[in-house]
Amino acid sequence: MPKLTLNISTSPHVVKGLSTDTIMKHVVLALMPAAAFGVYVFGTGALLVMLTSTVFAVATEHLLNRWIRKNTTVNDYSAAITGLLLGMCLPPAFPLWMTAIGSAISIALGKFIFGGLGCNVFNPALVGRAFLQAAFPGAITTWTDPFKADRFFNVPSSVFAWPFMSPVVDGVSGATPLSAFKFDHVNSQSYDLVMGFCGGSAGETSAVFLLLGGIYLAWRKMLNWRIPVSVLLTVLVFSGTMHFLDATRYPSPVFMVFAGGLMLGAIFMATDMVASPVTSTGVWVYGAIIGILVVLIRLWGGLPEGVMYAILLTNAISPHIDNLIRPRVYGTLKKAKAS
Amino acid sequence: MNPPTHSNQPDKGFFSQLANSKSADEFVKGLWRDNPVFVQVLGMCPTLAVSNSATNAVSMGLATTFVLTMSNVLISMLRNFIPKQVRIASYVLIIATFVTITDYMIQAISIDIHKSLGAFIALIVVNCVILGRAEAFASKNTVGFSFLDGLGMGLGFTFGLFCIGTVREILGNGTFFAMQVMPESFEKWVIMVLPPGGFFTLALWLLIFKGYKLKKAAHE
Repeated sequence: MPKLTLNISTSPHVVKGLSTDTIMKHVVLALMPAAAFGVYVFGTGALLVMLTSTVFAVATEHLLNRWIRKNTTVNDYSAAITGLLLGMCLPPAFPLWMTAIGSAISIALGKFIFGGLGCNVFNPALVGRAFLQAAFPGAITTWTDPFKADRFFNVPSSVFAWPFMSPVVDGVSGATPLSAFKFDHVNSQSYDLVMGFCGGSAGETSAVFLLLGGIYLAWRKMLNWRIPVSVLLTVLVFSGTMHFLDATRYPSPVFMVFAGGLMLGAIFMATDMVASPVTSTGVWVYGAIIGILVVLIRLWGGLPEGVMYAILLTNAISPHIDNLIRPRVYGTLKKAKAS
Repeated sequence: MNPPTHSNQPDKGFFSQLANSKSADEFVKGLWRDNPVFVQVLGMCPTLAVSNSATNAVSMGLATTFVLTMSNVLISMLRNFIPKQVRIASYVLIIATFVTITDYMIQAISIDIHKSLGAFIALIVVNCVILGRAEAFASKNTVGFSFLDGLGMGLGFTFGLFCIGTVREILGNGTFFAMQVMPESFEKWVIMVLPPGGFFTLALWLLIFKGYKLKKAAHE
């Protein structure tokens, strides 16, 4: 006779079929156009980097779960997203062994060590990228030019560097619009930036395709639209003010919004459901802080790009934002009188 | 068939027999069971700051061992004379004396090591391992036991620093005690010689030691 069990749980008792893995599958789908465009612009190298990071992220997740004798959680697609996001924010000719290490760090130190999905303090992909940035500062700032004629058949030799060996950079390495502006004061064409016809990380260049993916997710209510809107608006207003004050020193707000990894960061990384605040007001504040930090780092910091550190820093304070902006409990007075 | 040379009692081995005596136990506990770095997690400031190479780690560890042993002995000698109210000040004075001696000794031996250790030699004064052993052990035990305790704790501290320093130097610089161990084209993990590398490596070792301990506890 089967044992009768009575499940006692709190509401909601009726659930819609929107599980974690359904959402995650749609996020992967939404990332696909931008990733495919990255492969089209940068060639086979970018494809290999993104594939490697995804495969190693999933493998790390699986092995770590096996190690602590738990059911594998690779089926919820969250590890695949972490890997894909990491691959998309790495240079297209990044050595594969470094990519693999970054993926393993992302999953192990960014997510697993905190207790897995739902417990991570930071966006795991950005943890991996921050590690790679600090460990291999040379390789991660070596960019390739877009639209090389032989990009589909000739993979840059740095991609296939031997594990733990220095990559050999072949030919001239390109520049991203942000580094070109920071170090050489060269402004890029806005049209190229919006479409993504410029240097940069493997999947971050195409603002249009990233926006498309974001709008799709927001329409399916799988993404908190307030975060990207808040981030982008803050960057627009803040850098617009600076541009208005001194147009020769500070770039135009359009450049700031569409250059670099801001679109990818604002739409797909800052919106990490675990590492962002839960209240709507909190989310607006969270996005605004990210936007301010991005502009601060880009305009006055030593690095050309600041999206990664801005999001990581704001991830760290997002529980405090939630604490400070606590919604009034339904049915209670605005100010509880001291009894 | 040869007659068994041993008795049928379980062989305890030289070291575990030695460990049963109290004096040996005072020495051994600092090396492993109560290791200052991996078990007590004390003295984190020098552990994280100067463990960026094996040479730095070992010299820092030996300097600390000397100060720890000597101050333990002196404090233990004076334990009945030091008034309870001013004991911490007295301990710090005694420790500072030996730190000054160490400082000049290191300068005399190698000015390079002195430069790379920098302010952290002077900071041995406030190392919580030393003050902790003075307060918790030397002020309550005889000179002989205090000497062994200081030596064991100091060598355990050196061992901890050596573990961290080895990993950081090999990955971060491709060398081990300043000797090239990695191929020429080895890509250096810059993060490992920077402060974050110290935290990562320490956490990794703590994970390994804790896991080993839990596994051992589960078997028993």
